Amino acid sequence: MDDVINQDGTVARELKTGTDAEVDMQSTNESQSRGTVGDIYVDDPRMTCRNVNVYYGDKQAIFDIDLDIGKNQVISMIGPSGCGKSTFLRCLNRMNDTIDVCKVTGQIKMDGQDIYDGALDVVPLRASVGMVFQKPNPFPKSIYDNIAYGPRIHGLSDDKQHLDEIVETSLKKAGLWEEVKDRLDQPGTGLSGGQQQRLCIARAIAVSPEVILMDEPCSALDPIATAKIEELIDELRENYTIAIVTHSMQQAARVSQRTAYFHLGKLIEVGETDQIFTAPKHRLTEDYITGRFG
Amino acid sequence: MHTSTLIIVLLGLMSLAYYLGRKRSLNLVSGRVRDLHSLPSYYGLHTALWCGIPAILLLVLWISFEGSVVTGLVVDSLPQETQALPPERLNLVLNDIRNLATGDIVSTAVDENLQSAADHYARLQGISQLAMFAAALSLAILAGYFAHRSITRHQRARNRVEKAINFFLLSSSTLAIFTTIGIVLSVLFESIRFFQQIPVTEFIFGLEWSPQTAIRADQVGSSGVFGAIPLFAGTFLITLIAMVVAVPIGLLSAIYMADYAGRHFRSLAKPVLEVLAGIPTVVYGFFAALTVAPFFRDLGASMGLGVSSESALAAGVVMGIMIIPFVSSLSDDVINAVPQAMRDGSYGLGATRSETIRQVIIPAALPGIVGGVLLAVSRAIGETMIVVMAAGLSANLTANPLEAVTTVTVQIVTLLVGDQEFDSAKTLAAFALALVLFVITLALNMIALHIVRKYREQYE
Repeated sequence: MDDVINQDGTVARELKTGTDAEVDMQSTNESQSRGTVGDIYVDDPRMTCRNVNVYYGDKQAIFDIDLDIGKNQVISMIGPSGCGKSTFLRCLNRMNDTIDVCKVTGQIKMDGQDIYDGALDVVPLRASVGMVFQKPNPFPKSIYDNIAYGPRIHGLSDDKQHLDEIVETSLKKAGLWEEVKDRLDQPGTGLSGGQQQRLCIARAIAVSPEVILMDEPCSALDPIATAKIEELIDELRENYTIAIVTHSMQQAARVSQRTAYFHLGKLIEVGETDQIFTAPKHRLTEDYITGRFG
Repeated sequence: MHTSTLIIVLLGLMSLAYYLGRKRSLNLVSGRVRDLHSLPSYYGLHTALWCGIPAILLLVLWISFEGSVVTGLVVDSLPQETQALPPERLNLVLNDIRNLATGDIVSTAVDENLQSAADHYARLQGISQLAMFAAALSLAILAGYFAHRSITRHQRARNRVEKAINFFLLSSSTLAIFTTIGIVLSVLFESIRFFQQIPVTEFIFGLEWSPQTAIRADQVGSSGVFGAIPLFAGTFLITLIAMVVAVPIGLLSAIYMADYAGRHFRSLAKPVLEVLAGIPTVVYGFFAALTVAPFFRDLGASMGLGVSSESALAAGVVMGIMIIPFVSSLSDDVINAVPQAMRDGSYGLGATRSETIRQVIIPAALPGIVGGVLLAVSRAIGETMIVVMAAGLSANLTANPLEAVTTVTVQIVTLLVGDQEFDSAKTLAAFALALVLFVITLALNMIALHIVRKYREQYE
């Protein structure tokens, strides 16, 4: 770390040149490893990340992140654009594998199993860690086939009737069943933006995952559709663990129990959502949530 | 002096006008460009355009009317009995006069009348030439002078030059359109002449093609039958074989390039594949005729099959190879146009690459791929060189790819190669074939473009 530390112990701001995140050396009282403020551990973790680094070619995008993701909890990840929160999210189901130049080091375990273990097959991993993307991306197929896609490729259903049940329950869980039950054979791309995003959530649910990753799921939606998705996230928490990246701090405050603040590839602060938004311990977090930059 | 000299002089005048106009605009504001409405170069261009365009227009008009005016004057000076000749004969006489005036070979004996007419013709042409020079040059200088005089600080030279450029671009694009229309009309009218001799139904539904027409009554082997079915059947057969080769290979290689290949392989393989598209078709042609066709013949012989040495199979396979890069680059484009979000969505559900391609990418890209294939088909139908060399000339009506067949394009070539009379049914048949070919490829292209466009809208 080459932070410039002033005499009073605060870090000189070099946001423009900042290749490294600044770390407030003063508030070490509660922080654990590598300068993250707050409690990175939870009592009952679904996923544990230790010492995660991500490189795009020569450029390092993520620095030494330690974080636990608790069972049946919503954890939101906030931070300014380019802070690495989406990259970190994509590490959790190895979506970064699809990018040639991307390299991930460190350890990410799910229920005690290292997901970057060479012996682990990425196919079942992605079935148990589903993902919902920023822009709704239904396949250009019928609504039914969109939902049935996952169960089909994983061989989850034995017969047509079972598949019908999976489609129905997934759509019900995603709160879309009432709106589309009469037109399951219509193309999924014909739905409204909010419906499409709920269709994508239903699609992820259909393969019965344990964790659902959401990468700014509401940024392309209007406020009413956003409210529906947020409601849905709250309901899904009963059965799933959810990690959501969002640019909306109100959304993070509304839907999540824990919040992690990222800055320039580092995890600056993590804690209970209430605490982060009412009494942030790190000055960068405070500056961000009070709207001073970002 | 010649017209080309005049054009060079005009170009010189235009550059002078540019220089003077630019200089005058600068002088007007004593070098402070910001006080001018437009940049100085626009004033220069404006002056140059005024200097050049009216003169060139005059030149074009003059040249297009000069011939008929001069000829008319010469005809008036001819003796009464020559003037009274029927138009074709009069044309012959006029041709002789022209040839005599320019010193070419004359078809008849040169008599006094003819000689004096020729002299008259040459004199008139000389006058016309001189007048044209004088008129064009003075128009150029005059227009350039007034344009130069009209330059003021507030003159909107930029807007006028932009308008002139707009007009140039418009006329270039319409030129291409009118040329196409001209070709279509000429094919159409010649075809109508053909169909006056041979009934349309016989042409379209006839099962026999043997275009040798008799010039004398006692000639043998001149049946003059124009049934186009065997030709279209042959074209269809060869196109089918070509597509069977090109579509799977092109599509699969496009899929590999788009979704599997590493960056290194792609940067190496794509240019190599595109080299295939750069090989002249005549090279493919003799490759087909000298290498592939004998290979198939020998292979057939070793398996006890009779393969003729010019076979539809050889021509079709080589044509398919030629079309592979066409299919693969079009498919590559549409596969790449499928948004990354689709792939992410599929991978995010745990689908493997091949599952993603089969169940998401290909269905999404299918309309575009179909459009690309249709474009490739119309290319295969119109392809000539390979089939001329490798497919044969005999118009067999057969579905057996091991036999020689002939195609529409091959027959057009053979009908028009060598000395031909241009009003016999035999030559006119080429136009009729061309018309049908044109209609088919046009229809295919329109369907293909329609499909491709519809597909593009889906994601934009």
